[in-house]
Amino acid sequence: MASFTRRQFIVAGAKVAALAAVPAILRFDPVRAFAGPDESAVLADYLSWFEVDETLIRRVMATALERGGDYCDLFFEHTVSNYVGLQDNAVNRAGTSVDYGVGIRVIEGDRTGFSFTEELTAEAMLKAARTAANIARSGSTEAPSGLLYKPAASYYPIQVPWEDIGIDRKIPILQHLDQQISGADSRIVKTSVTYRDATSRILVATSEGIIRSDYRPMAEISASCSAEQNGRREEGWYSLTSRNDISFFSPETMNLVSGEAVRRTLNQLDAIQPEGGEMPVVLAAGGSGMMLHEAIGHGMEADCNRRNESIYSDAIGKPIAEPIVSIVDDGTYPHARGSINIDDEGSDTEKTFLVRDGILQSYMHDLISAKHYGVRPTGNGRRESFRYPPVPRMRSTYMLPGPHTKDEIIASVKKGVYCDDFTNGEVRIGPGDFTFYVKSGYLIEDGKLTRPIKDVNLIGNGPEVLKRVTMVADDFALASRGGTCGKDGQWVPVSMGLPTILVSALTVGGKSA
Amino acid sequence: MNTAERLDLARWVVRQAQAKGAGGVAATLNHSRSITVEVRDQEVERLRESTSSSLGIDMYVDGRYSLYTTSDLRRNSLDDFLAEAVAMTRYLAVDAERSLPDPKYYEGMQQIDLKTSDDTYEGLTSEERVALALQTEKAARAMSDKIVTCGAAFGDEYAEEVRVHSNGFEGARRGTEFGLWTEVSVRGEGEARPSDYQDSSVRFRKDLASPEEIARKAVGRAVAMIGQRKLASGRYDLVIENRVASRMIGILTAGMRAGNIQQKRSFLAGKLGEKIASDKFTLIDDPFIVGGFGSRVYDGDGMATKRRVMIDRGVLKEYYVNYYYARKLNLEPTVSGSTNTVFEYGTRSLEDLIAGMKRGILVTSFIGGNSNTATGDFSVGIIGQYVENGRRVHPVSEMNIAGNILEFMNQLTEMGNDPCPGTALMRPSMYFTDVQFAGL
Repeated sequence: MASFTRRQFIVAGAKVAALAAVPAILRFDPVRAFAGPDESAVLADYLSWFEVDETLIRRVMATALERGGDYCDLFFEHTVSNYVGLQDNAVNRAGTSVDYGVGIRVIEGDRTGFSFTEELTAEAMLKAARTAANIARSGSTEAPSGLLYKPAASYYPIQVPWEDIGIDRKIPILQHLDQQISGADSRIVKTSVTYRDATSRILVATSEGIIRSDYRPMAEISASCSAEQNGRREEGWYSLTSRNDISFFSPETMNLVSGEAVRRTLNQLDAIQPEGGEMPVVLAAGGSGMMLHEAIGHGMEADCNRRNESIYSDAIGKPIAEPIVSIVDDGTYPHARGSINIDDEGSDTEKTFLVRDGILQSYMHDLISAKHYGVRPTGNGRRESFRYPPVPRMRSTYMLPGPHTKDEIIASVKKGVYCDDFTNGEVRIGPGDFTFYVKSGYLIEDGKLTRPIKDVNLIGNGPEVLKRVTMVADDFALASRGGTCGKDGQWVPVSMGLPTILVSALTVGGKSA
Repeated sequence: MNTAERLDLARWVVRQAQAKGAGGVAATLNHSRSITVEVRDQEVERLRESTSSSLGIDMYVDGRYSLYTTSDLRRNSLDDFLAEAVAMTRYLAVDAERSLPDPKYYEGMQQIDLKTSDDTYEGLTSEERVALALQTEKAARAMSDKIVTCGAAFGDEYAEEVRVHSNGFEGARRGTEFGLWTEVSVRGEGEARPSDYQDSSVRFRKDLASPEEIARKAVGRAVAMIGQRKLASGRYDLVIENRVASRMIGILTAGMRAGNIQQKRSFLAGKLGEKIASDKFTLIDDPFIVGGFGSRVYDGDGMATKRRVMIDRGVLKEYYVNYYYARKLNLEPTVSGSTNTVFEYGTRSLEDLIAGMKRGILVTSFIGGNSNTATGDFSVGIIGQYVENGRRVHPVSEMNIAGNILEFMNQLTEMGNDPCPGTALMRPSMYFTDVQFAGL
């Protein structure tokens, strides 16, 4: 197996049918796709990657529209995800998962018919198209007579595709982190490291005669450890993720991951669950952006407003926060986990203001909701994979910097908590109630950080909490850890961010009051 | 492909992988067909229909281990895929405890029909699916003038698995599931639109609850959430309704998984034989319930299943030990993951438990929260009803319970008589005494 390379693995494992002729990988050049001087060549690469041509796509569209409908689209996807794991000081597990198929959608009014197939033969695609067509009943709609390729923006250019990186270059990343973490402190008793990379190729063709492509890389690293001290055992972890190539795993990245995993775990050994109850809460810059995701983000996705389900359904144009508060959902942030060059129905992505100077500005739209509200789509139509129809979803949701400083915010609190690490959150968009879970932070006593705290749930009501954001610092950070957001049974990668802020009162789910 | 053809393909994958150098191979082929109809305002809003197949491969090469999934099942694709998978595995470190299970654990597989599949599945028509969803939405709409919006859905799935190991195991399972569901949003105080849902999930179509019953429960739940308030922090009795009691049980059972114990992140390490919950709590893993959602005669490692008392009147008897971590921990394997979870049930219904409550909180939903598997510490948000002298007084939200799961499970004073339907985790409603809540 001397000739083994990652490239072969991808070609063989992921896109094997083309092997008989010319390996598809040799004809596909993602770097050229980013540079994009020769648009027709880029489209040709994607079409051959999925073994389809424009004629077949238009034939499938004609079948999808044979019972009518306002619109149809085909979403081709090929995703290869690689995983490498370390446990008990050895890189002793790895794997690859391949997803390959097309989702076909027909829309008539607000109604959607959807099907998908994992076989990209004409027969299988036509069958899926007929299934999706069942939603329509207006007779028959013309399929487009041609498809125009529209190049996408480039918010996450990379130098080296993951196909070119063999597992032999990934293994040392895990070993290095293990050595850094296991050797950092005698109280560390177990370390585990998980590495992932993924590459998605997307081709979207719509009955409006547009065809677009996106090449989406992802890199993820996560290290966790357990520590023991005087019979007490705690766990902690840190992770980083980016739409990026192997240059992401720089010495700085590695030091940050190992250093934070160790610091956070050891901190837990001395941390307490604080007293519960309502109190001032300072949210640290970065990952605290989860609060925005839950408190306002989901309630501003347009599908739930179209159905009148959200507490924000009648609030556009109304003041909902202090004028120092501006919140955006941004698909364009460079290399962010939540960024997309185009959304999953082929719309341009953008930076959308949800709240500007305290006024509720815009929902996040997909094609269906944009049409319903008579506005431009905001590029928020996203899906987990070709197996799902798109719905409005967040990208990178964050608050813009404000006039205060972190120090003056902490100094303003007599008794409260400072929270700097979060694991998960949830919201009920109707009443607006939301939670997010604090993995670590500190008590604030007389304007100073004192004892470390851990494992508390913060719980509040979205519109109420936004009104109580009374100080916003100048230290905005996008969380480099990113997250994965679930809705309607679909999971998509997102990012979030925040400057340090003060929420004047929030319920802290502590132990005893 | 039919079942026999899928079995053939799995056997072929095993042979091919071995021919390319793999010592041990487990191939699992999953196939499913699913249809979902979602309706709103008496119109079909979304119709999804699909057939999907995927192959999972566990591969053992010279003492090294890797795993794969792919949806590309063409044999020439798989042939190359397997060659490269074997090559990649050789780069990994040897893991002495990794192998297919000793075939002695395959023996004694029960030969019983667990009745997990409804033979009438194929006869269901699109018109019937749409009609059930529309009826449910219509029934819900008619039940309250406070409804802002209401959606309903009908979904069904047929799923099949075949599993072949290179050292002698072969198994197949199949199942059907039908679900009818509605969610109702109602006009609350101010801008609030409280919502709640009700579903009926069954393996056999004839067991589906009626659209009217589902609608009545969903509307009742949503209307009951109008005017929610938070209470002062303090100690209250607590009843957790069966549909959400899984939240707290899951925090406890996470500590029983061998992987967490071996990785030194379980609060239950070293506690076999110790009392970890009140004596009202007996938890049994029972794979042989006829029609059960978790029923199976072999587990995720292919090992023959059997009924096991995991927690007996509060005493921890067994962990969930798969084959790999059994070897790492030098324990006998038990079951790779839970099958059906059943309990020693009490004698009183949820309404009787509430009727006996002087001052407490009925929890109907949890919101967010998490737990620390290393310590058992947890903190979770709750939504429910404030109860005084056996009567629901008003809905509560924005409150939280926190503590350590071992202390919490000792506050359990009574199990209800109402195992939750439509799930493998057949938990009843549960009564806890004197629990700390955080609120105002």
